[in-house]
Amino acid sequence: MTPRVAGPRVDGWDKVTGAARYAADHSFDGPVHCWPVSSTIAKGRVVSIDTSAALAVPGVVAVLWHANAPRLHTPTADPMSAVLVKPAELAVLQSDGVAYHGQLVAAVLADSLEAARHAAGLLVVEYEQLPHDAELRPGARLRVAPPSPGLDPPEQTIGNPAAALAGAEVTIDARYTTPAEHHNPIEPHATVAAWQDGGVVLYDANQGAHLIQGVIAGMFDLPRDRVRVVSAHVGGGFGAKGPQAVAVLAVMATRMLGRPVKVTLSRQQMFALVGYRSPTVQRVRLGADRAGRLAAVIHEVVAQTSAIHDFCEPAAVLTRTMYAAPHRHTTHRLARLDVPTPFMLRAPGAAPGMFALESAVDELAVVCGLDPVELRIRNEPAADPDTGLPYSSRNLVRCLREGARAFGWRPPPRRDGHRLVGSGVAASAHPSHTFPSTAQLRLHPDGRCTVALGATDIGNGARTVLTAITAEAMAMPPERIDVLIGDSSLPLAAPAGASAGTASWGSAIVDAARRLRAQLTELGDRPLPPDGLTALGQTLGDLAGTPTGAQTAKYAFGAQFAEVCVDIDSGEVRVTRLLGVFAAGKILSPHTARSQLLGGMTMGLSMALHEESVLDSRFGDFVNGDLAGYHIATCADVPDIEVGWIDETDDQVNALGAKGIGELGIVGTAAAIANAVHHATGIRVRDLPIHPHRILEGRP
Amino acid sequence: MRPFTYHRPPDLRTAVAAVSQDPDAAYLAGGTNLVDLMKRGVLAPSVVVDLSGIGDESVDRCGDGGLRVGAGMRNSDLAAHPDVRRDYPVLARALLAGASEQLRNVATVGGNLVQRTRCVYFQDTAMPCNKRRPGSGCAALGGHHRDLAILGGSAACVATHPSDMAVALVMLDARVRLQGAARARVLPVAELHRLPGVSPQHETVLEHGELITSVELPPPSGLPSLYRKVRDRASFAFALVSVAAEMQVVDGHVRRVRLAFGGVAPKPWRARTAEALLVGVRADEGSFGRAVDAELAVASPLPGNEHKITLLRNVTLRSLLELAARS
Repeated sequence: MTPRVAGPRVDGWDKVTGAARYAADHSFDGPVHCWPVSSTIAKGRVVSIDTSAALAVPGVVAVLWHANAPRLHTPTADPMSAVLVKPAELAVLQSDGVAYHGQLVAAVLADSLEAARHAAGLLVVEYEQLPHDAELRPGARLRVAPPSPGLDPPEQTIGNPAAALAGAEVTIDARYTTPAEHHNPIEPHATVAAWQDGGVVLYDANQGAHLIQGVIAGMFDLPRDRVRVVSAHVGGGFGAKGPQAVAVLAVMATRMLGRPVKVTLSRQQMFALVGYRSPTVQRVRLGADRAGRLAAVIHEVVAQTSAIHDFCEPAAVLTRTMYAAPHRHTTHRLARLDVPTPFMLRAPGAAPGMFALESAVDELAVVCGLDPVELRIRNEPAADPDTGLPYSSRNLVRCLREGARAFGWRPPPRRDGHRLVGSGVAASAHPSHTFPSTAQLRLHPDGRCTVALGATDIGNGARTVLTAITAEAMAMPPERIDVLIGDSSLPLAAPAGASAGTASWGSAIVDAARRLRAQLTELGDRPLPPDGLTALGQTLGDLAGTPTGAQTAKYAFGAQFAEVCVDIDSGEVRVTRLLGVFAAGKILSPHTARSQLLGGMTMGLSMALHEESVLDSRFGDFVNGDLAGYHIATCADVPDIEVGWIDETDDQVNALGAKGIGELGIVGTAAAIANAVHHATGIRVRDLPIHPHRILEGRP
Repeated sequence: MRPFTYHRPPDLRTAVAAVSQDPDAAYLAGGTNLVDLMKRGVLAPSVVVDLSGIGDESVDRCGDGGLRVGAGMRNSDLAAHPDVRRDYPVLARALLAGASEQLRNVATVGGNLVQRTRCVYFQDTAMPCNKRRPGSGCAALGGHHRDLAILGGSAACVATHPSDMAVALVMLDARVRLQGAARARVLPVAELHRLPGVSPQHETVLEHGELITSVELPPPSGLPSLYRKVRDRASFAFALVSVAAEMQVVDGHVRRVRLAFGGVAPKPWRARTAEALLVGVRADEGSFGRAVDAELAVASPLPGNEHKITLLRNVTLRSLLELAARS
């Protein structure tokens, strides 16, 4: 099937001209500016806050803290979104407790941002400080992560992995670590809220307007239709823009003051308040025969969470489906520490977990003397090793072969002056979810078609791909499609997350188009009514099984190939080539698909070489909390990335036949790069990021 | 941010008078560092005296063949200046290795020299820092110090001076011209910054109100030179270590050499011990290594930045070998 090219981004012009308005670009008359105040201790309680100096600053309207903040209801959530709601994080200023450094303890409200920020510095916060523990120590007694609704079980054992390992001809037993990482969308979290007519309107930076609407309605005891959340343009989410305390704070303040309230987090505040990827300590053990065929796969993960919310980085989950091995064990253990609450970030679990697994597989290939592409092909399962179900489609092997061909796999390592050059490979994978969504199509008498749903474009091109999907489903040119999204007053839709947005929204659109076309058929030769024709479509998502009713395992796969150049004197690693080939069902919009996969691979490169949040356990604080200290790959770090995909037809995965690709490109990149470093230098870096000192320390 | 009064004086003399008479006043040049620090409450001047439009942005040839650079010159303009590119390529390279295009377009030469350390504890008012709050302790010693000093630090402070440009200037024996309320004076750039000792809050020898008005470069040596910067990413990162060097080799022996390090000390570090040992020796890896080791003999790394010793040694050795090959 030839995908329809949607051309350039439909909102590209608005974005480059500044016409696209993000949350903080909105204003109401006479807004009050809110400056959130963060805790400077890691554990304890707020005894008192002397607000007199702050309140004396001209323009300061109020100081909110737990002693005077209005009480809120506990947020409620449907089972689908429960996993995205952190009740204790949202209960802003509801108690005197301090659970981590940087937690909100107060908010200053003033007529100007400058006055609010200045006054915030004048608050005298008296704490009762308690001893804290903010250090992730794998050796400590840790509990098994509790099961989370909507997430995979934390532990799983199939067969007898210990015995299989003991009897294996070849074994790998290695420890890998990944650091804490922060989302760092360029648009900070921002909410502009106005209490009006017994309800509230929010311009808010988030990944799902309906999700925020539900949380705010529940916490402020409002009917959903009294809460309107508008998120027309969002400058990046990466998992950080679910329901956040900052939106709750804004609504609390506007209701109390009766004036519109504007709040934007500073970059430094974002390092404590909006989640991050937990650091992981992972032990991977592989048992195989000399021909590289796996008998046992054991992947044990240690991660951290905060004292007030359990979130476990699900780093061993993808290991359950990657390779055939009769004996398998995966487990997640969780250290509850006095640290900020970690959360989903850019391929949660998959990105750090596949760094470990795909590094270990490379180590196995080295020990077996096998090409790592061939070793992976030898362990290709016929059915999902996790569930025993057939795959809706699985084309990892084709991706490996096509990628190897395109890359010229594998040139021998070489020396170029003071630089060592080598190449590496790793597999990519990501689950292909579809979540419940609805969409409305309206065909107008003037020949245009409007598609409306509460989807969110977090910067990755949702408007463009939804235009393409609607155009194809309605057999109309894309120029005649208008997309309305980013507003909770539109039909209910799933949030942008878990790489499921396009599949979920698109499936609902396809259903709406089917209904609309049926109406058109019924209309025959008669003209459209003056209001046009309207149809509401829906998908029940994964709840409804596959389109044919059969149970299948649904994943997208890929293979990534990296060439690196390592300066042997300085330890600097530069990626000189990066090539990915993916199998993700039908590619709906090549323009944005390439962009998403390329962006994902760039994030993977950034994870491999740069990103690291440094937590000083003495203070419980991320100390490199800005974009000068937290390094993200720059243009100069990123080579000309080659992105491709294979034709994959999958009528099982969902109504579109398309798999999500938002996170697929991130998964495996770091391992491909680390494996290339090993190929070039013989140094196996098992701890990310691959900073120069890791190379220098690994040198003989 | 504390409220402040903003002054835009008509000329430098008025500016110097304004800041000199008010202990709470600060100069604003490019603003790339001061404004960030004011927003975070690290610096809280009550008066900000803006130098834009009145700073000296000229470049002139001196009578001795050197170059005089106005302190108000933008970093990007200086890096692109034809005389600098031709006669002091090490300076152009150092400038272009610093910050980002956007920052270089506004950062001035004077401001670059007196920018503050990027030590994370200095920048967070909730943390102890002897430089920001004397006597509160140094959080970096037992904390995150991977990119901090291995040379010249003290038990009170191990912050590094972040400038690339200053490393090249110190290697080139540049001087700064200073204008105070009462007097003008000239200093070698190498003597502008102080080591922290017990009072890391005093970073330079500038008196309050004293303004850097220009930088003077001696006549060009014409020797092969280089600036090599190692960093965590390819652009827009401070140096883990950097090396500015020039060398002349005659008949296989070092005749002249100048060497300076960045990213490893509280000030741009002129490696005079190594220089003294290098002059006259055979231009080979062994003698270069001995000279660098002598310079690093006084290094006192912390547990988290011991690798900087190896890194600096490796990068300096390779730099000298490259210069020897080009000489």
